[in-house]
Amino acid sequence: MIIKGKVHKFGEDINTDDIIAAKYLISVDAKELGSHCMETIAPDFSKKVQPGDIIVAGKNFGCGSSREHAPLAIKGCGVSAVIAKSFAGIFFRNSINIGLPFLKLENTEEIKDGDLVEIDLAKGVIKNLTQDKTYQTDPFPEFLQDIIEKGGLINYVKQRVK
Amino acid sequence: MGYTIAEKILIAHAGLKSIKPDQFIEVKVDVALGNDITAPIAISEFKKSGVKKVFDNKKIVLVPDHFAPAKDLRSANQCKILADFAQEQKIENYFEVGCMGIEHALLPEKGIVAPGDLVIGADSHTCTYGALGAYACGVGSTDLARAFIDGKCWFKVPGQIKFVYKGKLKKWVSGKDLILFTIGQIGVDGAIYKVMEFSGPVIKKLPMDDRFSMSNMAIEAGGRAGLIEPDEITAAYCKNRVKRKYKVYQSDPDAQYEKVYEWDISDLEPQVACPHLPSNVKPASELGNIKLDQVVIGSCTNGRISDLRIAAKILKGKKVKTGLRLIIFPATQDIYLQSVKEGLAEIFVKAGGIFSTPTCGPCLGGHMGILADGEVCLATTNRNFLGRMGSPKSFVYLSSPAVAAASAITGAITHPDKI
Repeated sequence: MIIKGKVHKFGEDINTDDIIAAKYLISVDAKELGSHCMETIAPDFSKKVQPGDIIVAGKNFGCGSSREHAPLAIKGCGVSAVIAKSFAGIFFRNSINIGLPFLKLENTEEIKDGDLVEIDLAKGVIKNLTQDKTYQTDPFPEFLQDIIEKGGLINYVKQRVK
Repeated sequence: MGYTIAEKILIAHAGLKSIKPDQFIEVKVDVALGNDITAPIAISEFKKSGVKKVFDNKKIVLVPDHFAPAKDLRSANQCKILADFAQEQKIENYFEVGCMGIEHALLPEKGIVAPGDLVIGADSHTCTYGALGAYACGVGSTDLARAFIDGKCWFKVPGQIKFVYKGKLKKWVSGKDLILFTIGQIGVDGAIYKVMEFSGPVIKKLPMDDRFSMSNMAIEAGGRAGLIEPDEITAAYCKNRVKRKYKVYQSDPDAQYEKVYEWDISDLEPQVACPHLPSNVKPASELGNIKLDQVVIGSCTNGRISDLRIAAKILKGKKVKTGLRLIIFPATQDIYLQSVKEGLAEIFVKAGGIFSTPTCGPCLGGHMGILADGEVCLATTNRNFLGRMGSPKSFVYLSSPAVAAASAITGAITHPDKI
């Protein structure tokens, strides 16, 4: 799968309250959640973001609450992937379970806001088309690829329960 | 090679002979928990799967506590999804308002979680039960839905970090201060995807409520879980609560840790986490004059009976600063009733505070104490992220109940010694 989009840069320790504030947790609709994505720290984000765009951030992305509404909001506003230095544990598993692609990259500071980036998910290759730079990240472990290929955790489990 | 308590619980629940960090395993869960925010997604996913019955109606726990008692129509509809599902699936441990408490105080109190258990909860503070010597961790709603189906969960085996606390705690220094200090030392990602094991002579003497406060905030350092080996204090707590047999695990002397932190905490002062991260920690006495609009005492971190006793001891016969709002919320109905019996509730109300029904409300900016633009709050809760308790222009400080109670009287962040 190839993803191509414009980069929106965020800092370190972007927490789940930043991604989707608790007051919006009265909805489970990805589109509605998406319309408030990053509102606390970037009020115009959901208006600016275009389908396919990519979030690039520092360490510990998605720290805080277990709310699956966070990756849902990111998906819901049209973001196609998140690249960060590291991901918080629960955000990591939620993203796998709902099928939000994410990549761990050490030198995220080299990627600038507005850069055009292309990601080859299967190979774990990130190409910064604006800067003409290529990065190789670790591909997903087999177990996780299996969940993603089966269309998420519930489908994966259903096929095994049968 | 030896194993830690956390690894032993994982091995037992995965049905394996050995495990190593970063390995993917599937475990059987003893308890699967959801609340009014996370369970609606899980229930919807479960229904979409086409499976008709949950794997075990005794092992699922549903607690409407976040926006309950329902704060508005949409919250009411989310709570109703839980109530309907509980009835349909005959979920034994569904706690309606009236029996309900803040989930992470309620489950141990009711004896639902026991030492040696493997618990998943669609709530990040599920790590609280690590204080009982259980492997407990927060997961997402889809994980919960999956557990509804087959009682299992996938894990990536975390690495292990040990924290050893030596010395003797000063007066007014609690488990909350120990964990704030720890997060201040290692940062909000200092234990990212690791198990934190709290140990040493200070922990051996630490009362159960303080242990819950510590394990509760393991997630604020990125920890997957925060365990304390069960001992006689744990056994005394579980007696008359846990109605089933359980297994106690201990870490082997030759267990492998990626890191060991060792601190002498004899000089530790009450700690305060400043805006906007739980790792931005300073001693209360070094903060200067931080004026407060609101003080909140309660939550899954510090809403237990000993927390309220300390607060009442300081507030007895005193008045909260004019213009300051003091909001006290006991974590469960039992704690509420005990506070009434012991006269704590009366002390709080006479001091000019409010004594609320159990709810997570104020901690996450849900209801019952939202902050306005520019307001400053000191809370005994667990997160002070930007906008966490309301306005993105508000400021949240975190402390123990002792510091919070003292500060409610003076109207500024205050060391309890000053009262």
